Amino acid sequence: MLQFETWKKAIVLLLVAAGMLYAAPNLFSRGDNSGGTAFMPGQAINLGLDLQGGSHLLLQADLSAVVAERMVSVSENLRLTLRAEKIRFRSLKADTDSVGFALRGNETDDATNAQIDSILTDLGRDFDVVRSGQTFAIRFNEAGLQNLANQTVEQAIEIIRRRLDPDGTKEPVIQRQGRDRILVQLPGVDDPERIKRLIGRTARLTFQLVDMRSTAQEARNSGRVPPGSVLLESAEEGGQEYIVEKRVMVSGELLENASAGFDQNSRPAVNFQLNAEGARRFGRVTGENIGRPFAIVLDGKVVSAPVIQSQIFGSGQITGNFNVSETNELALILRAGALPAPLIILEERSVGPGLGADSIAAGQIAAMVGLALVIIYMVLSYGLFGVFADIALMVNIVLILGALSALQATLTLPGIAGIVLTMGMAVDANVLVFERIREELRGGRRVAQAIEAGYSRALSTIIDSNLTTLFAALFLFVFGSGPIKGFAVTLSLGIATSMFTALMVTRLLIVVWVNAKRPKKLEL
Amino acid sequence: MFRLKLVSSTPSLNFLKYMPVSGVSSIAAVLVSIGLFFIVGLNLGIDFRGGILIEAQSETPADIGGVRGDLENLGLGDISIQSFGSDRDVLIRVQRQEGDERAQLQAIEKITNALGGAYDIRRTEFVGPTVGAELAEKGMLAVACALFAIMIYIWFRFEWQFSIAAFLALTHDVLTTIGLFALTGFEFNLATLAAILTIAGYSINDTVVVFDRVRENLRKYKSWEQPKILNKSLNETLSRTVMTSVTTAIALIAIILFGGAVLRDFALAMLWGVTIGTYSSIFIAVGLLSRFDLKRNDDEDNQIPTPEYER
Repeated sequence: MLQFETWKKAIVLLLVAAGMLYAAPNLFSRGDNSGGTAFMPGQAINLGLDLQGGSHLLLQADLSAVVAERMVSVSENLRLTLRAEKIRFRSLKADTDSVGFALRGNETDDATNAQIDSILTDLGRDFDVVRSGQTFAIRFNEAGLQNLANQTVEQAIEIIRRRLDPDGTKEPVIQRQGRDRILVQLPGVDDPERIKRLIGRTARLTFQLVDMRSTAQEARNSGRVPPGSVLLESAEEGGQEYIVEKRVMVSGELLENASAGFDQNSRPAVNFQLNAEGARRFGRVTGENIGRPFAIVLDGKVVSAPVIQSQIFGSGQITGNFNVSETNELALILRAGALPAPLIILEERSVGPGLGADSIAAGQIAAMVGLALVIIYMVLSYGLFGVFADIALMVNIVLILGALSALQATLTLPGIAGIVLTMGMAVDANVLVFERIREELRGGRRVAQAIEAGYSRALSTIIDSNLTTLFAALFLFVFGSGPIKGFAVTLSLGIATSMFTALMVTRLLIVVWVNAKRPKKLEL
Repeated sequence: MFRLKLVSSTPSLNFLKYMPVSGVSSIAAVLVSIGLFFIVGLNLGIDFRGGILIEAQSETPADIGGVRGDLENLGLGDISIQSFGSDRDVLIRVQRQEGDERAQLQAIEKITNALGGAYDIRRTEFVGPTVGAELAEKGMLAVACALFAIMIYIWFRFEWQFSIAAFLALTHDVLTTIGLFALTGFEFNLATLAAILTIAGYSINDTVVVFDRVRENLRKYKSWEQPKILNKSLNETLSRTVMTSVTTAIALIAIILFGGAVLRDFALAMLWGVTIGTYSSIFIAVGLLSRFDLKRNDDEDNQIPTPEYER
């Protein structure tokens, strides 16, 4: 009589039942995966972006641009403070990553030194100041850069979320990765280009007066721009250039709302409302400058430069060469706010929903065919024991699906390949046992003994060989990205479940059969 | 009762007789692979090289010539256009563009505009140069780490001779697979790398099964000569080796035939891996073992449990 303890039977049956319970939701139509908590049955497997369609974007916040900007503001502040303190200096200049200046004269008295020290200390702990003789260099230190990166990336994530998911319904994954990277995963997108347009723009909006002292043409010819002004190109390609005062009348932070609409010639335009502070400032400047054009500047380019007809307060309209979808996007971006830094797209993987559905269908067919062929081959090779192995194989697949659902792991296309591959490899443990039983039978043992010996002798081989394969899968998981990680997950789960099914499920079946039939001879 | 048996129940092949031949040919294959890798090089996919890949589908059979004409006018440099899966699908690969990441994005926009409404863009992949280099680095690290971890595990469970033999057999599998990709010019991408790691996992699985039997027989037949033991172990495990290789191959063939174009290359690489892995477990791993003088005394901790009735 072969032994198979009752508690082991109970565990086997419990696990199989749990597997079925968790796997069951996958049989039904694929609704939304949102209901329930992670460890409650009732959720179907999480499909990867390559199967359900969607966009994966790896972004990098351009910190160097932010650093350069901060250096400019540090130098402007220093200029004001040094003047206010009546300290004489020269060549104060902001570089891309540092600010430098020098004191006039060859020596400075102690009082001035103390003054300068206190001014520089007031800059904060984020900066390192190096003094050599009379020259100073200020740059971010490591901690300062880290703070800047943290602020910038966290703020950028918030803005990206508002831009991509204004209604909070799409559940995008927006995660920080490393120091300055952001991972965006957006399921079910049919137009990845739109996504890129939405996050590809910093969307810094400013209203600035057009400088009438000179024309863009003159500035181009002479190469000189009147002090306090800059030459800006048009947002349209080949459009008119403008000389614009550096002073900003109103900027995008003061926007209360923006929406797409039409101007009086029924061309698409963006309507905006300013908040109280914005309205006050805008009203004052426009009141003083009636008849002068002002430039609407978006990301350093002039969108349009209307002439101020009358005093403008709370609301206005941005016109330009837009179509309706462009005004919709622009309004959305303006509502969400400006990004703290330009974002560079490092990597993109977008899959349309059609391809995803095709991949699932193809994967299912491959799995069915593979399963059928392996089942037939096992029966042809081992007869009734082959049937036992096949039952275990099917339990194995149910367990993999159940585990994937329970862990809410993501199933990717390579993941499906992993499942199909595991079907081939899952029977291996059974094959090891059966071959061992055959050998024991040839060695002249009786049925029960041969089975017992087959299992116990194959055990160490099974564990050794599966553990080593698990190592490879583990490294795939650690170093792989996206879909490949999905493959590593199903492969590892497959190895674990196949060991369980081969050692427990088939064994249970065989023990029950042998004890019921008590065969004198075993045809294997 | 009928039983399908690809291997007779008690084979008695003299494997060790072929070891010199297989040894020389394997060394040659590895050298040729290394040579191909350095001279011909791999056809790196965009994952590692950076670049753009776009899969598009048209309602009617795709006009590849027309698409090529349209896209070549864009001045994006080297563009490869091929039919993919069905005759309605085209796969467009564009080399990495001069300049930074922004230049690449502009190229994608140009292509999607040029394809116009006649084509549905099914997949867009873009890997910037920075990420490409990182992925390549991580990939190599993964393979190296996996090989070393496996070697250390085998050393721990068996003897150092086994671990060296297994490591060299695995290295052989990895190098010849890379050589095959260099030779055929098949695209080498992240999926291929995953395939290589899986091949390593599969191959070591096979090797460990044979090693286990060698260890067992070394203890069982103390008076036998080593080559005889190795041969016996190989013969005893042959039926299982073939059985598992065939079931795995069956599953892979199902993927190749029905799994869709994306998985096909992966499954093809795996199929090669199953073949080379099976070969290397027998001829390289055990072949190398035969060169060592293996320890015979029982290692208490590695004892196989004796069934109750034998005690």
